Amino acid sequence: MGKTLLKRAGLLIGTLLLVSMLAFVAFSVIPGDPTDSILGIEATEEQRLALRAQLGLDQPIYQRYWSWLTAFVTGDFGQSYKYNMPVSGLVAAQAKVTLVLAAVSFVLIVVISLPLGLISARHQGGIVDRVVTVLTQVTMSVPNFIMGLGLMFLFALVLKWFEPKYIPLEDGLGAHLRFMVFPALAIALPKSAMTVKLLRGSILGEMGQDYIRTAYSKGNSQGSALWRHVLRNAMIPVVTFLAMAIGDIMAGSIVVEQVFTIPGLGRILISSIGNRDYPVVQAIVVLLAGVVVLCNFLADLLYRVMDPRIDGR
Amino acid sequence: MMLDIRDLSVVFTDRGAPFTAVDRFSLQMEEGEIVGIVGESGSGKSMTAHALMGLIRRSAVTVSGSAVFEGTDLLPLSRAELRQYQGRDLSIIFQEPMTSLNPTMRIGKQVEESLRIHEKLSRAERKARALDAMALAGLPDPEEVYRQYPHQLSGGMRQRVMIASALVLRPRLLIADEPTTALDVTIQAQILETLKDINRKEGTAILFISHDLGVVKALCSRVVVMKQGEIVESGPVDDVFYHPREDYTKLLIASRPKREKLRGGGDNE
Repeated sequence: MGKTLLKRAGLLIGTLLLVSMLAFVAFSVIPGDPTDSILGIEATEEQRLALRAQLGLDQPIYQRYWSWLTAFVTGDFGQSYKYNMPVSGLVAAQAKVTLVLAAVSFVLIVVISLPLGLISARHQGGIVDRVVTVLTQVTMSVPNFIMGLGLMFLFALVLKWFEPKYIPLEDGLGAHLRFMVFPALAIALPKSAMTVKLLRGSILGEMGQDYIRTAYSKGNSQGSALWRHVLRNAMIPVVTFLAMAIGDIMAGSIVVEQVFTIPGLGRILISSIGNRDYPVVQAIVVLLAGVVVLCNFLADLLYRVMDPRIDGR
Repeated sequence: MMLDIRDLSVVFTDRGAPFTAVDRFSLQMEEGEIVGIVGESGSGKSMTAHALMGLIRRSAVTVSGSAVFEGTDLLPLSRAELRQYQGRDLSIIFQEPMTSLNPTMRIGKQVEESLRIHEKLSRAERKARALDAMALAGLPDPEEVYRQYPHQLSGGMRQRVMIASALVLRPRLLIADEPTTALDVTIQAQILETLKDINRKEGTAILFISHDLGVVKALCSRVVVMKQGEIVESGPVDDVFYHPREDYTKLLIASRPKREKLRGGGDNE
């Protein structure tokens, strides 16, 4: 297990390095220059060159990457070109908003899909199952920004359950979360639909296994066979799926933030890409990748706990 | 009489025309007796056992007749009533030891499960009785196996775990549904020996199902031969083995690999 952890940790760091490198290379390939947005288009060539030298942009890419990396590992994320302030301060507040949105989405996925998957598998072919099957089919095929617009229309404009205006955490945790539930729902619903479908199939698959027949032969009721035997085995693929979904949830957050005008990472990321504000983009990309890789790492550990067959590999 | 099965029929109505898997099966068993059911695949022998255990209760299956166990007909019982018998008075072990155990549950918990369901015992008492049953089933080092998972055990060991969990409440009747078919010949002999021991020590009656008349001969006192859901021949095992009346039974006997062939390293099953 220790060796596995070490290997996994190495993989985690390697992935982050690779992601940061790719982001760096991508930025040097796309056209546009940060000096344009800082100095405006009327600046002289001398001013431009001076600023490039000041920002270190005249150096070759590997040198720039190296100096960014060495600063990054010491916790110095650099200065934003555009806002002329440390990236860490700029990103931290926004990151908190996006992480809350992603976390609420994840909780919603779990809360929505586990009971529905269980019920529809247990009463296969029943009314609930049939309704759920149709709903999941529909929900799965709606992209999350459309879902966001739909929810906004339904809950804010028609039902008036919430004001379509962002409520920051400073206004109270309750109010903040109450607002966040709706954009989170936009992200969670399509993913929940997939999770329900996966869990239902997984449970039904396990129900047909020989060991469930054994469980019944010992006098288990259907309910206890489900709880004590099926669920843990059926959850193994679902846990893997949920871990992979976290990447999609983060990406979904960035899109849905635009729909609900939430000042999260999405907004600053998009404007920073427009401004060619490398240090900000770089920090956000690495942060997002870090969250995804870390969650996958945790899922992997959980997976090992749940399935004793994968041990020490 | 411990068990009295009369005119047990199992009819599937899943697709199109009804299919009769078991046709008016009757069998009487006394306490502590070992009775065999033989027949080729699809002869209805496993279906009979599963119907008796209440494992094929689905809307698309009609089970009729009667199966009186200790004075109670099991067939009309509700699921909840039947559960009182499953694992307590009646137990079953299956053909597939590799898949019949829950892969993510420790052996100990699986062996104790019937105890947890049917009796109120402390954790320590449960464990003591589980270890006892595991020793009875011939598992070496029960304490160690108790903590292990199924994938850490061989097929023979897993079948012994199945036997232990079936015996943990000392049922009156153990149904053994081709328990050795998936195992090596040497392991097969050892498992049969264990079943015989259990019958002798605990007085557990065994309904032993097999396609191999030779195995049945080694273990059982009486045998029922089944073909396409019907009983074609029955009687004391030696009579049936040495003086078969039916051609089908003769075929079953003839299809056994001979001892000489086995020694010669022939390709037996």
